[in-house]
Amino acid sequence: MIAEAGHYALVLALALALIQSTVPIAGARWGDHALMNVARSTALAQLLFVGASFTALTMLHVVSDFSVVNVFENSHSAKPLLYKITGVWGNHEGSMLLWVLILALFGGLVAAFGNNLPLSLRAHVLAVQGWIAGAFYLFILVTSNPFQRIASPPIEGRDLNPVLQDIGLAVHPPMLYLGYVGFSISFSFAVAALIEGRIDAAWARWVRPWTLMAWIFLTLGIAMGSYWAYYELGWGGWWFWDPVENASLMPWLAGTALLHSAVVMEKRNALKVWTILLSILTFSLSLLGTFLVRSGVLTSVHAFATDPARGVFILLILCLFIGGSLSLYAWRASTLKQGGLFAPISREGALVLNNLFLTSACATVFIGTLYPLALEVLTGDKISVGAPFFNLTFGPLFVPLLLAVPFGPLLAWKRGDLFGAAQRLTAAGVVGLVAIAVLFAWTHGGATLAPLAIGLAVFVIAGAITDLAERIGLFRVPFTSAIARARGLPRATWGTVFAHAGMGVALIGIVCETTWNSEYIGTMKPNDVATVAGYQLKLDEITQRQGPNFREMIAQFTVRDGETLQVMTPSKRNFTTRGSSTTEAALLTRGASQLYISLGDTNADGAIAVRIYHKPLVLLIWWGPVLMAFGGLLSLSDRRLRVGAPKPAKAARALQPAE
Amino acid sequence: MTRKQRRLTMIGGSLAVLAVAAGLVLNAMRDSIVFFSTPTMAAEKQIPTGKRFRLGGLVQPGSLVKGDNLAVNFSIADGSAALPVAYKGILPDLFREGQGVIAEGALDASGVFKADTVLAKHDETYMPKDVADALKKQGHWKDDYAKQGTTAAQAQGTIQGTTK
Repeated sequence: MIAEAGHYALVLALALALIQSTVPIAGARWGDHALMNVARSTALAQLLFVGASFTALTMLHVVSDFSVVNVFENSHSAKPLLYKITGVWGNHEGSMLLWVLILALFGGLVAAFGNNLPLSLRAHVLAVQGWIAGAFYLFILVTSNPFQRIASPPIEGRDLNPVLQDIGLAVHPPMLYLGYVGFSISFSFAVAALIEGRIDAAWARWVRPWTLMAWIFLTLGIAMGSYWAYYELGWGGWWFWDPVENASLMPWLAGTALLHSAVVMEKRNALKVWTILLSILTFSLSLLGTFLVRSGVLTSVHAFATDPARGVFILLILCLFIGGSLSLYAWRASTLKQGGLFAPISREGALVLNNLFLTSACATVFIGTLYPLALEVLTGDKISVGAPFFNLTFGPLFVPLLLAVPFGPLLAWKRGDLFGAAQRLTAAGVVGLVAIAVLFAWTHGGATLAPLAIGLAVFVIAGAITDLAERIGLFRVPFTSAIARARGLPRATWGTVFAHAGMGVALIGIVCETTWNSEYIGTMKPNDVATVAGYQLKLDEITQRQGPNFREMIAQFTVRDGETLQVMTPSKRNFTTRGSSTTEAALLTRGASQLYISLGDTNADGAIAVRIYHKPLVLLIWWGPVLMAFGGLLSLSDRRLRVGAPKPAKAARALQPAE
Repeated sequence: MTRKQRRLTMIGGSLAVLAVAAGLVLNAMRDSIVFFSTPTMAAEKQIPTGKRFRLGGLVQPGSLVKGDNLAVNFSIADGSAALPVAYKGILPDLFREGQGVIAEGALDASGVFKADTVLAKHDETYMPKDVADALKKQGHWKDDYAKQGTTAAQAQGTIQGTTK
């Protein structure tokens, strides 16, 4: 019964989406308020029904109803409750259901909190959301119905892939989807603006919080995924330039560019056409990511599906939405009036530069990800484009971008003073150079690039602090009044400081981990001692243990650094149902650095293959994005952007409902 | 500056960045792209010593020899040809004889494929896509692979073993 109810709720949600995608547009055309308001109620009702459908699937997983194919293939009655729940989105059908749930959630949020939007704009935005939702409901119902029954129900399920039975999976996909799908809002706003043929600074003010929210989730989602890969895949890598990772990185790069260009549009009413294009591109890249991951064109860490019918269907959705929105853009963009002149050296100019580098970097990732696929389709040659390609293209593009980051906030709007900004950045530059010199002296001509890169990162962090110090007049006015000024600063400014500093922090982590990582790979018997980076690791014993749905072999290590520090217990789990095993790495955190042990095979003579890494400052790689997301959160809480905050009357006059 | 000059500066700057990006991409394409090959293709193409490529196929049953200090030797076969592979390091969790794998590395002077990365899929019924395609083309595809392939249609994770 539950399965049928869930299925039925999904069909109803499709019907609601179809109403939502047509009626409000007709209402906007005829100036009929009642019809335009249909968008609001359908969006909320849609959320209710998808929510019911998702709850139904979750219940089926929790009660282990193996008469449903999806539950049978991905669950097991002995699986811990947490993984029964997270297993709902650990498979193709369930994760698509989560995708539309989040889409409906965002639609519902616009409907519930968009009271200050002009009626016709809200109607159009929700209608576009309805189109996207409708397409994906159809996709789920036609090609990947999660509520399919089996004629003769089996007694036991096949269990979830052991790699996915991890707390990381509980958080990573929903976060990532909140980011991916969140960009649908800025897409809908852009398409709505194109349909209405009108756009102004107030538009940017409405769009920015949604973009920012999506960006925060995407930032955290990518960082989560990277940390999950780091500890779960067992060989200490944290970014593989895997197509699926690239699929999430591309919308992030485009979304970061969008955030910055929306600032220009909001403050200076310039770059309108470009901002609209970026909104469309960002969500298009999210759709592309969904296509890459869900269609099975790639077979990689995250590729769950291998059914060509699904691939073709998603490809159609992709072409329809990207092609449609870009055609609309080509047709209507010329009607949007340009405004706000500025000199090349100005805050606007700096933000344009940022956009230029971010989109170029995004384009190189795009080429590296799709070129192998295109080549295989066209010539049949199979190639792999790996880390070396991205290091050679992505890296050099990020260096000038990071060099420019501290200058941006110090330049004035309209016409800036580059020399003045450089003068104020002298201290930051000196700090960066000192960092380079110290590192060179300390490492004695080891890696040349690493000290330079760390110097750059230090410059970015010091630059962010300089910006803050300049704004509050630190050292120029008495300390107490500087503190008072700091309190009075808009939160968006604090957000900028944290986000830019976060970038520098992440870079330090990346450089330290890749350059000064030390490792020991070998076989060990009980009482053997391995020495890595000054730590002595003694293998005490190897024991066996029975878990809920797996058998586990645990190795116990005592770590010494002078005196005994701690015990580390890496293990290897063998999941009987799928006959597969996972490596559970053991981590020991010391400051921002980590010791990392993972196990390999056991030899006939009882020795075990062991991989031990010492990763200096590795945690900074993830603290950086957390800082960035925190900066985003601060900026989101800025009074100016808060949904429902009183706005100047000017904005209301600028965008009247179409009558 | 006039409006026209401003616009020209912007367009010039954009083109410069795009040109640099394009140059970087083309340069990287030349140096860092790795081709995929099966043992048969490798024999036909006469891949020169030291050129990196990815070798895919099934681990030949009975060929796996574990040496001292994590050195491993095995052969990758595709039905009509086999190529000996030498690897040093920890093999992926579900590496076993008869299963599909992809190794990345280069041939040495004696014709042994020195791998520095071995990839296997984290599912016993899984076969890497490239390997499956190549086997199909050569007519060594068995139907039960395909059947297993579809039943294992979800949730597979790659485990990589690598030495730097």
